[in-house]
Amino acid sequence: MSNVLLKVLSRQVLLAFRRPAAVLNPLVFVGVVVLMMPLGLGPEREMLGEFSPGLMWITALLASLLSVETLFRGDYDDGTLEQLVTSGHSLYFASMGYLLSHWCVAGIPLILCSGLFASMLSMPSEGIVPLMASLFAGTLVLSAFGTLGASITVALRRGGMLLSLLLLPLEVPVLILGAGVVARAIAGMPIVDLLSIMMGLAMLALALAPIAIAASIRISLEV
Amino acid sequence: MAWTWFHRLGSPPWIYAFAGRLLRFLLPLTLLLLLVGSIWGLAFSPPDFRQGNSYRIIYIHVPVSVVSLAGYYVMAIAGAVSLIWRLKVADIAMRVAAPIGAGLTFLALVTGAIWGKPTWGTWWVWDARITSMVVLLFLYLGVYALYEAYDNKALASKACAILALVGTVNIPIIYKSVDWWYSLHQPASIKFTGGTTIDPSMLYPLLLMIVAVYALYVCLILLGLRAALLESENKTKWVQQEVME
Repeated sequence: MSNVLLKVLSRQVLLAFRRPAAVLNPLVFVGVVVLMMPLGLGPEREMLGEFSPGLMWITALLASLLSVETLFRGDYDDGTLEQLVTSGHSLYFASMGYLLSHWCVAGIPLILCSGLFASMLSMPSEGIVPLMASLFAGTLVLSAFGTLGASITVALRRGGMLLSLLLLPLEVPVLILGAGVVARAIAGMPIVDLLSIMMGLAMLALALAPIAIAASIRISLEV
Repeated sequence: MAWTWFHRLGSPPWIYAFAGRLLRFLLPLTLLLLLVGSIWGLAFSPPDFRQGNSYRIIYIHVPVSVVSLAGYYVMAIAGAVSLIWRLKVADIAMRVAAPIGAGLTFLALVTGAIWGKPTWGTWWVWDARITSMVVLLFLYLGVYALYEAYDNKALASKACAILALVGTVNIPIIYKSVDWWYSLHQPASIKFTGGTTIDPSMLYPLLLMIVAVYALYVCLILLGLRAALLESENKTKWVQQEVME
């Protein structure tokens, strides 16, 4: 029932915004990584601008990995997750609630601030709005995979590294398409087709991931 | 209905004995096929007009790549069977398939690199197929790592089955996107010999090697399955009897 979806979503978002660190930490992480880029690659604007689509997208991938680790941790530790499973409400919609709440807390702020970070990397101005559009679709997929990874590894003691190993190969298409959208926009080519594919993937992920997430939550609770 | 054969496959002692009987003739057959195929291919097939003799590693590289790709689906199907029918044996088969598949993928990448150096002058190139194989390797390693991370092995298998199925849905998407990515970034020089027809004198040893490596894969899975069954069922009577012999 979508009631549980809204309840879980609003609860998670409320909890996250009560602790601003949950929203700000991923953004600060992106900022620090964006700082590392010219330090590692050199400050020439042209070169940075050329690499900026890929760099921004890789940073987004890493930030989503970071922010997803503790998604279920609190609810798992204090028993809320168990209550949710035994409550009889649809675990599919509850999982979707967690997924969307992660997107609201980690994805939307990133989308809004991506323009700033992209400019710091000298991204040409034609790329900025396409970057935000590609992030809009892509972060949904990243949240879907991230929530899935978090639900599989929440019961494990040292799940952090494993999470990255599990999620990054699965997120390869998002990276390729996302960076591709921005690169094509900068080159002046049309991007509607690619963006449609990304949104299609996002809708697919949104519809199918909660099935796997619900099954993984049940598994993790039995550990 | 005649589903008894299916559920019989799910019984550890039955499949242990069945695998043993199968291996008794399959293992020598596999070794024979591998021997004949590799000697035919590596020694007796004619040199390629463009690449000379360095192409011969194709007789190892292509079969191993084909089987590593198929092996992922074997692993995923075993996982699906174990989730749907709750067969412990399918669990164990999936768990056994993961490192075997990873090893084959790694071998494919290494033989590909060995092929690349004398032929195109570079050990490594980021083209569509190699990149997809690297992603496949990480998918395999992810399943294996997830299994090792759980202490409760029954739950570990369920989690791995879910991960393998998610990967299965993803593999066509990953392959298509890497293909498209490569068509964007294609460097001018390196191209595989795509589109050329292959001479029968080279084709037959290749097909033989493909069959041989498939047979090898089945043998490895059966051997691993038997060993894993002995390990996980070690408290049951039939295992005690087996070990006593």
